[in-house]
Amino acid sequence: MIPPPFEYYAPHSVDEAVALLRRFDGEAKVLAGGHSLIPLMKLRLAQPTALVDINRIPNLAYIREEGNHLRIGATTRTNDLLESALIRKSYPILTDAAQEIADPLVRNLGTVGGNVCHGDPGNDLPACMLALGAEVVAVGEKGSRTLPVSDFYKDTFVTSLEPTELLVEVRIPKARPHQGSAYHKIEKRAGDFAMAGAAANLVLDASGKVESAGIALTNVGPTAILASAAGGSLVGQAPDEAHLAHAASLARDAAQPNGDLRGPVEYKRAMAAVLARRVLDRAVARAQGGA
Amino acid sequence: MAASARPIAPAASLTSGGAPAVTVRVTINGSPVTAEVEPRTLLVHFLREVVGLTGTHIGCDTSNCGACTVHLDGKPVKSCTVLAVQANGREVRTVEGLEVGGKLSPVQQAFFEEHGLQCGFCTPGMMMTATALLAKNSNPTDAEVRDAIRGNLCRCTGYVNIVKAIQLAGKKMQSAAPAGGSP
Repeated sequence: MIPPPFEYYAPHSVDEAVALLRRFDGEAKVLAGGHSLIPLMKLRLAQPTALVDINRIPNLAYIREEGNHLRIGATTRTNDLLESALIRKSYPILTDAAQEIADPLVRNLGTVGGNVCHGDPGNDLPACMLALGAEVVAVGEKGSRTLPVSDFYKDTFVTSLEPTELLVEVRIPKARPHQGSAYHKIEKRAGDFAMAGAAANLVLDASGKVESAGIALTNVGPTAILASAAGGSLVGQAPDEAHLAHAASLARDAAQPNGDLRGPVEYKRAMAAVLARRVLDRAVARAQGGA
Repeated sequence: MAASARPIAPAASLTSGGAPAVTVRVTINGSPVTAEVEPRTLLVHFLREVVGLTGTHIGCDTSNCGACTVHLDGKPVKSCTVLAVQANGREVRTVEGLEVGGKLSPVQQAFFEEHGLQCGFCTPGMMMTATALLAKNSNPTDAEVRDAIRGNLCRCTGYVNIVKAIQLAGKKMQSAAPAGGSP
């Protein structure tokens, strides 16, 4: 399969990229890793007039803590997450997710920015970013703006990003002591999108009670879902059996799955609870200083 | 197989209307190649149809099977999901670039010795992924090999011998290392 014809541009700066997006006024698509976009183009599900390849823009791939945030540049590869010692130590939810995204070959090209802003409910990083309370930084013709991911995912393949805006960075609140996070999904076959997936991020206070909690779900609705009631139910509580089980049942209630080839509705709902519980257990263990 | 030794010239141009052609300059198995192609030309088609290197296979064409795996600046990628123009100015290594001076690479030799193939269709991609794995870790466990080849499907399901072959190749590289063998 060969994609339909398009004009190709490889800008060398964010400003140049934004000018191109503006020139094509919604008819251009940003090419980062290309592992979602190129397959969609081959299937004629996407037929952009032009591609703006951001891979030649310098300094757009990085992972660093700065001020109160962990900053991840848009063209950072999934494999860079997996190989980052900082991520493994302080943001293990992203190591978990990177390990479960597609396969090692895809991870060599697929990017963090693309995974976050593509808007496929089967992408794994959106649920992680929701659980972590991340923000995205977008640059458009009017300059730069910061958007919380909690208000970013509008519908399948629809985000708050304007078609003339470029996502340049994902910002995650800097990890704190007694914070633990985890991600896990189940797949029908190796490398497939999730049948269901769950992300959890917990911060414990000095007494060991939950100070804040984020729980989110992958591929059980039109977008990644922040299970706010589930996370909220843990705040101020001890992370014990009863509270974790209750939070997992609230995560199941937040799921809005469709039945499809990856499983029926009831199964996906049940798995939302099971996976939420598994990642909560792992996040608690990590917050308490274990693995 | 000794493609790196024979001059590589663009056999055909893939421009046929549509968007303006782009010039792609890429180093393939150590030899520079320049060609005018449509932007929509996929790297795998560029390699097979423009450059004439047909060792890289097209399997699923949907970035699942890994038969089209090549190295892009040393990292294994699925060339059915990369535009040729994305490789502009970069280095590509294909299965034809594994052997050195007419001698099979340790990975090729080990696939031969362990019978790491049945129909052979997935083999070029398997060997490219194996070569990249062993460059980082020449003594991988069974689990590490299986994780590394998650993106390479063998429809004959001959994985047991493929894993054995990759581990044997690692051993060959370790014993050859002092003599300057390259993966």
